[in-house]
Amino acid sequence: MGNKQTIFTAQQLDAYQDCTYFTRKEILRLFHRYRDLAPQLVPLDYTNQPDVRLPYELIGSMPELKDNPFRQRIAEVFSEDGEGNMTLDDFLDMFSVLSEMAPRDLKAYYAFKIYDFNNDDFICKSDLEKTLNKLTRNELTEDEVRMVCEKVMDEADLDNDGRLSLEDFQHMIVRAPDFLSTFHIRI
Amino acid sequence: MACSVDSTLDICQAEQDSECSMEDENDTSSCMDNDFETVEMDFVGHLIKHNWVDEPAEKITLTRKRWSAATQRVLSSMPSRSVEWTGVAAHSSPRVQSQASSNRDIDKDRVPQRKHLLATLQARSVAECARMLRSLPLSLKKKREVRAQFSCERGRQETSTKDSTRSHFPSWLGKRLSGAQQGVQSLLNSVQLWHEALKQVSGRFGTGVLSYFLFLRTLLLYNFILSMITIPFLVLPQVTRPSHGSSNKISFTGLEILTGTGVLTNSLMFYGYYNYTDGWRPGKTEAYIKGTYNIRLAYILTIGIGLFVTCIMLIYSVFKTLGTSSPMSVSHGNLALKVFSSWDFKISKKVYVQQLSENICTHLKVMLCELHSGIPKRRLMTRLIWLVLHCTAWAICLTCIFCCVLGIYRFSHDRKQFSMNLISEGDTHWLILPLLVCGVNHLIPCVFNMLAWMESYDSFNLRIYIAIIRNLFLKVSMLGVLCYHWLDSIAAGKYGTNNECWETFVGQELYRFLLMDFLFSVLDTIFGNFLWSVFTRKILRRKRKPVFDIALNVLELIYGQTLAWLGILFSPLLPTLQIVKLFLLFYLKRASLMMNYQGPLKPWRATQMTTIFISILCFPSFLGATACITYTMWRLKPSATCGPFRTLSSMFLAGKEWRKSLEISNPGLAWVSWIYMLLGNHIFLFIVAGIFLLVIYIHIQVGDGQRRVTTLLQKQIENEVEDKKFLISKLQTLHEQHE
Repeated sequence: MGNKQTIFTAQQLDAYQDCTYFTRKEILRLFHRYRDLAPQLVPLDYTNQPDVRLPYELIGSMPELKDNPFRQRIAEVFSEDGEGNMTLDDFLDMFSVLSEMAPRDLKAYYAFKIYDFNNDDFICKSDLEKTLNKLTRNELTEDEVRMVCEKVMDEADLDNDGRLSLEDFQHMIVRAPDFLSTFHIRI
Repeated sequence: MACSVDSTLDICQAEQDSECSMEDENDTSSCMDNDFETVEMDFVGHLIKHNWVDEPAEKITLTRKRWSAATQRVLSSMPSRSVEWTGVAAHSSPRVQSQASSNRDIDKDRVPQRKHLLATLQARSVAECARMLRSLPLSLKKKREVRAQFSCERGRQETSTKDSTRSHFPSWLGKRLSGAQQGVQSLLNSVQLWHEALKQVSGRFGTGVLSYFLFLRTLLLYNFILSMITIPFLVLPQVTRPSHGSSNKISFTGLEILTGTGVLTNSLMFYGYYNYTDGWRPGKTEAYIKGTYNIRLAYILTIGIGLFVTCIMLIYSVFKTLGTSSPMSVSHGNLALKVFSSWDFKISKKVYVQQLSENICTHLKVMLCELHSGIPKRRLMTRLIWLVLHCTAWAICLTCIFCCVLGIYRFSHDRKQFSMNLISEGDTHWLILPLLVCGVNHLIPCVFNMLAWMESYDSFNLRIYIAIIRNLFLKVSMLGVLCYHWLDSIAAGKYGTNNECWETFVGQELYRFLLMDFLFSVLDTIFGNFLWSVFTRKILRRKRKPVFDIALNVLELIYGQTLAWLGILFSPLLPTLQIVKLFLLFYLKRASLMMNYQGPLKPWRATQMTTIFISILCFPSFLGATACITYTMWRLKPSATCGPFRTLSSMFLAGKEWRKSLEISNPGLAWVSWIYMLLGNHIFLFIVAGIFLLVIYIHIQVGDGQRRVTTLLQKQIENEVEDKKFLISKLQTLHEQHE
C-alpha cells in the first residue's frame, strides 16, 4: 500500500490490525509512543520480534496513566508477567481494549480483572474496599466504606456467595450505559 | 472407612493436579493448591465459630470450606469457573451454540476447546473472523498465535478447494466488500480532526463536555458532505456560465457581508443568480438543447440527494446510539453502578483527578444518607406548595414564549412601518428582526435558569430534561413563526411585501439569521461567560468557577443547523458558511472553556444525552426543515423574474418537463420516467409508508418481547441461585453424614 515503514513486516501489521481495534496508522503511532518511553531499550526494527519489556515505572509515567489511581492494576492486568512490565503486544492490547471501539463485554471482562486486586477471579469485600479507597482517595471513613461495600454486595451479588463473579459484574454493568464512555482512554 | 477416606483423598489430589494443569491458559492462574491451604486454615476457625449443620435455611451463604470431592466436581463445572471460554461460546452463532454448550460441560480439558474455537473461526468469513478474534478476552500474543494457526489452516483449505468455482464469486465479492469497508473506515479514522484538542478537553472536563465537542464535529461532517454534493453540481456549473444579472455597479460597503444585500444579492450565494442557459426557449416542450447543463434538474436533484444522504446518516447515528444506551431504567443497583462505572479514565491531570475523586466521594456520601434515612416523604402541605410552584413556573415560561412569539409575528408583519420610523435609509433595518430573535433566544434561557433555580428540583437529571424541553419549545416556536412568515406572507406577496425575487429575499433572511446567531454566540462567549465567571468569583464569592451548560450549548448548535438546512434551497452556499462558523465556534468555545469553567459537578449521562440530542437533531430539526423545503418546492409558485424555475408554477414541475423531454429525445430511458411517475403516485407512497410503519412496529414489538424475556430470565437466575445453594448444602451435609 505504499508504506515505507521498516518497523514491522506486512504480515505483522496485518496481524496487529486483525487482533486489535487499531488501524495501521494508529499502530505505528502507538509504537512510537511506546518507543518514546525508552528509546535506548526499544529497537526500531521489530521484524524479528525482539523480546523487549518496559518496566512498570516507565509505563506508569505516561501522561494518560500518570494520575490514574488504577494505573498499577491496569498495567498488571495487561502485562504478561503480571507485574506491570509490558511488551509491545501488551501495550497495544491495553490501549485497544481501552479504546472507543472495544465492545462492552470485552471491557467488562478487563474491568473486572482490574478491580480484582487479589487475582482470584472474584471481587470480594477486600477488593471492593481497596477500589473504594482508590476512588475516593481514602476520604471515606471506615464505617462508610463498610456500609457501601455491604450495599454493593447486596445489589450485585446474584448467587449470594459473598463475592462478585464475572457474571454478576457483567450483569450489573449491562445496566450502566456510561460504562462504555468512562472506561475509555484516548491515546 | 480408612480406604474410602484414602480414595477420596486420592480423587481430591488427582482433581487438584488436573485443575492446576488446565489453568495455565489463564494469565492470572488461580491454582487450587493455595486455595486449599487458606481454606483449611479458615475451616478450623469457621467450624469453631459456627455450627454449619444447624444454620437456618434463609441465611445459608456458600462461604468457602472444605468441600467433598463430589461437591468439588459440581462446583468446578459451574460456568463461573470457566471464565475465559464463555466469551467464545457467547459469540458463536445459534447453529454452533448446541455444540458449544455441550463442550462447555467438559471444560476439564481445554485443548478440545481451542480446537473448537478454531473450527468456529473457520466456519466464518474473513471479516467476521477478525471481528470475533478482536473481541476474545485473550492476550494479544495468544490472539496472534490463534490467528497464525487458523490462517495457515485456512490457506491449506483454500488451496485444496481451488477447483470449486461455484462458491468462489460470493466469497471474492465478500472479501472485496470487507476490504472496501475497512478502507473507508481507516480513511475516516485517519481524518481525526482535532484529536489532540479533544483529548485535552476530555482529560480536564470529562466525558460530558467532550460530547458537546463531538456533536459539533459530527455537524461539521454533515455540512461538509452536503457541501460536497451541492458545490460540484450546482455552484461550479453556474460559476462557469455567469448569467446576465444586473450589470450596474453597486458599491461595496462592509455592511453587505452582514445584511447579505447589495453586491451579494445577485451572487452565487443566493437563489436569484442561478439561471438557465442561453439556449433556453420558454414555452416549448423540446426546449432542451442537447449538451447544455440542465440547471433546474441539477438544483432539485442535488438538494434532494443531499438531504436524503443527510437523512440516512442521521437515522444511522440515531440507531447506533440507541443500541449503546440501555433501555432498562436503573431503579435497583445504583450504588454498585456508581462504584464501578463512575471513574472517568480519560481524566488525566492531578488536579482534575482530585476534583473527580471529591465528586465521587460526595455522591457516595449522599447516596448512603439517602439509603439510611430514605427519601423523605413529603407532607401534603409541602407537596401542594411544590405543585403550585411548578405550575407557576411553567405558566411563566409559556407566557414568556407566547409573548415573544406574538411580538416577533407582529414585528415581522409591520416591519417596514417600524423600521422606517427608526432608520430612514440603508439596508440596516433588515438586521432588526434577526437581532430581536437572537436576543430572545439568548436571554429567555437565563429566565428559565432563574425559574429552575427557584423551583430547586431534587433530581439533577429531571432539571436537565425540563430545561431541554423548555428551550426546545422556545426555539421551535420561534422557528415556526418565522417559517410561517416567510413561506406564507413573503412568498404569497401578502401584507404589502412585494418582492421581485422572494426566494433570494428568504435566502438573505436566513443568511442574516445565521450570521447574527454566530455573532451573538461570540459575544456571549467572550463577554457573557467571562463576566459571569468574574461575577460568581468576586461578588458571589463562590470558590469554584461556573459549570459549562452542555444542554443549552447543544440546543444552540441544533438551532443553527436547522437554519442551515432550511436555507439550502434558497442559498446553496449556506452549508459552506455553516462549516466556517462551526470551525470558528470550536476554537472559541474551547478557549472559553479552558479559561472560565470547571468540570461538571454532577454526573452527566453522556450516552443517554447523546441519544436525546441526535434524536432532537433528526426529528424536530431535520424533519421540520425538510417539510418546509418540500412544501416550498411543491406548493409555492417560484418568482417569475429570477432563478432557474422562473417559468414554472411549481419547482417540482421541472422534473415533469425533464421526463417529457426524455421521452422525446431518448425513448430508451423510458423506464426512468416510469419510476418518476411511480414516485409521484399517491397510492405508491401510501404503500411505502405503510410498509415502513409496519417494519417499525415489528421492531418495537420484538424489542418489547426481548425485554420481557430478559426480565423472566433474570427471575429464573434468581430462582436457580436459591436451588443451587440448597442443593450444594444438601450434598455437603449428606457427605458429612456419611463420614
